[in-house]
Amino acid sequence: MNIHEYQAKEMFREFGVRVLEGVHCRSVPEALAAYDSLGSKIVAVKSQIHAGGRGKGTLYNPESGDEVMKGGVKIAFSRDDVEEFSRNICGNLLVTKQTGAEGKIVSNMYVESGCDIDHEFYLAILVDRDRKSVLVMASTEGGVDIEEVAENNPEAIHKIWADPSLGLLENDCVSLSKSLGLTGDSSKEMIQMLGSLYRMFVERDCSMIEINPLVRTKAGTMVALDAKVGLDENANFRHPWRDDVRDLSEEEDVEIRANDLGLSYVKLDGNIGCLVNGAGLAMASMDVIKLYGGEPANFLDIGGGATRESITAAFQIILEDENVEGILVNIFGGIIRCDMVAMSVIEASKELGLEVPLVVRFSGTNHEEGKAILDSGEISIHTVSSLSEGARKIVDLIGGGN
Amino acid sequence: MSIWINEESKILIQGITGKQGTFHGTRMVRYNTDVVGGVTPGKGGQEVDLDGHIVPVFDSMMEAVSETGADVSAIYVPARFAAAAIHEAAEAFNENGGGLIVCITEGIPTLDMIRAVDKVNEFEKVRLIGPNCPGIISPGLNGGCKVGIMPAFIHKKGRIGIVSKSGTLTYEAVAQTMSVDEGQTTCVGIGGDPVSGTGFIDCLSAFEEDPETVAVVMIGEIGGSAEEEAAEWVSDNMSKPVIGFVAGSTAPPGKRMGHAGAIISGGKGTAAEKFAAFEKAGIYVARDPSEIGQVLVGALIEAGLRES
Repeated sequence: MNIHEYQAKEMFREFGVRVLEGVHCRSVPEALAAYDSLGSKIVAVKSQIHAGGRGKGTLYNPESGDEVMKGGVKIAFSRDDVEEFSRNICGNLLVTKQTGAEGKIVSNMYVESGCDIDHEFYLAILVDRDRKSVLVMASTEGGVDIEEVAENNPEAIHKIWADPSLGLLENDCVSLSKSLGLTGDSSKEMIQMLGSLYRMFVERDCSMIEINPLVRTKAGTMVALDAKVGLDENANFRHPWRDDVRDLSEEEDVEIRANDLGLSYVKLDGNIGCLVNGAGLAMASMDVIKLYGGEPANFLDIGGGATRESITAAFQIILEDENVEGILVNIFGGIIRCDMVAMSVIEASKELGLEVPLVVRFSGTNHEEGKAILDSGEISIHTVSSLSEGARKIVDLIGGGN
Repeated sequence: MSIWINEESKILIQGITGKQGTFHGTRMVRYNTDVVGGVTPGKGGQEVDLDGHIVPVFDSMMEAVSETGADVSAIYVPARFAAAAIHEAAEAFNENGGGLIVCITEGIPTLDMIRAVDKVNEFEKVRLIGPNCPGIISPGLNGGCKVGIMPAFIHKKGRIGIVSKSGTLTYEAVAQTMSVDEGQTTCVGIGGDPVSGTGFIDCLSAFEEDPETVAVVMIGEIGGSAEEEAAEWVSDNMSKPVIGFVAGSTAPPGKRMGHAGAIISGGKGTAAEKFAAFEKAGIYVARDPSEIGQVLVGALIEAGLRES
């Protein structure tokens, strides 16, 4: 789960990580009031969406599709600038490298004081899967794409790891600060900031904190100019406050609905709907469809606790996608029984008036009973015995493939 | 033979009085697995009926292990308590000669797992499998040892080892071995979370040493770099043939595909990279999981372990 920059910075303040003064706004008048209250001549007007690449993005009018402004993060030198930029941002569509072509409607802005930048750094805290510990990664090259730095100038990236029980060791923080070339008060501030950020990472169950750029001002202070925070959803149970920072408009409506039903659904661009039990098998089903020349329309794992209701809902979600021309059901029964799935498939087909071709592959618990139920029903369902056969069949039925 | 568990293994179930614990405990007993008791704090002294097999409930793992001599624990407790259950089991096994912890629970916070894995690693004789996994099974001649939630009936004792990040895809791999008339020594589901206990290399190394295992099927998925590291290990250390598949070739970057760990981020962890690493390491690759059986047969013939 991701949160907005303005929310992340609020959290930074709470943990003593230095950020500039700023105000969250939702309209042009609010942005102007924010400008007046900040008392800074130069401010940044920043679009708040969860995707990255905002600065280099482009704003479009959502109705006409006309380009409105280049750049989703603008530096305003006057009150008039603030008015112009906030008008161009608010309610318009921001397309960035990470949003895809469909973009995101911007309904939140952040108006922030300016500062004199001396140098831009990069700082991130994340989970290192291989070392099974929390990794702090910093670079002297901030404000640019970290993947490019990793590619072209890997020696500019410095890393330290937290001890799982002792946390981040001061020695390591000191040496990280040194590798970044920080001295004096800047170094002291950096070391303190690392401690605060690690404490936040742990206490708030983050999955990632990224500050790009983290700047040293001309006065030598260290300031988090940007803030990207991801939260570990598995820890939601111990953080009830997350309900208040979650922005549902940032998530795909259908994915939220699926989630509430215990389904895991991701929409893709193809035309073959998939309904599978298990995440690995669901991915493999998509892969095999592609292997035989088709294009999967979605990832869908119905989970181990699927019921007739959730399976019907899963069909409904698949069919809402207008691109879907056929459906492949692939079930390897373990706890889930294929006969139960068969009954659900028949009910769902009747209830939803299913018109597209349907191929079903059953294996595992009660697969023969399941197949018998499907074969005896009046609805035309193609039953197959292997995933390969299922994928070929559905690709063939919709007249695609090679 | 098999790896880590066998028909002599004595199993405890943490969370035995819960719905999941009782349900799966019953199925373990039906497969002739030796379930010797369970733990639910506050319910010590009670008994649980697993399909006619009555077992004692203890308040703590320390008590349960010393009373029963168990060497394996299956964890079915809810996510918020699961990491504590791992800590408790690790300490109890360490005091009593070592043991295997199999954590089935899904949805455990990552930071909890970092600490739990660190705890387990303190003890040389304690191993953790999972979390968020189907468990481990070693088929025997009459039932066998099943520690987890997999459908037991699809397995048969044999000579192939299986290791996989995914649940149902593991069953698919098992079915593939069966389709070419090969059984399994042990099947391990290591789970798809970002931070977990036993990894691919631990399993491959154990299979390499197991005299009855002649070949290994390895199923990976997108995210992280465990598959690449395993491939390198195979190339340097493995004398037995390995057959590999990776799920997620069609997954778009930045989207979590069900498992918390199954996400391509920053262009890393793609299936294409993993398949390439497999091929470079001399692993027999199946691009379609329905072909694992045929690829396995080919590998066995090449190794002189099968005629056709």
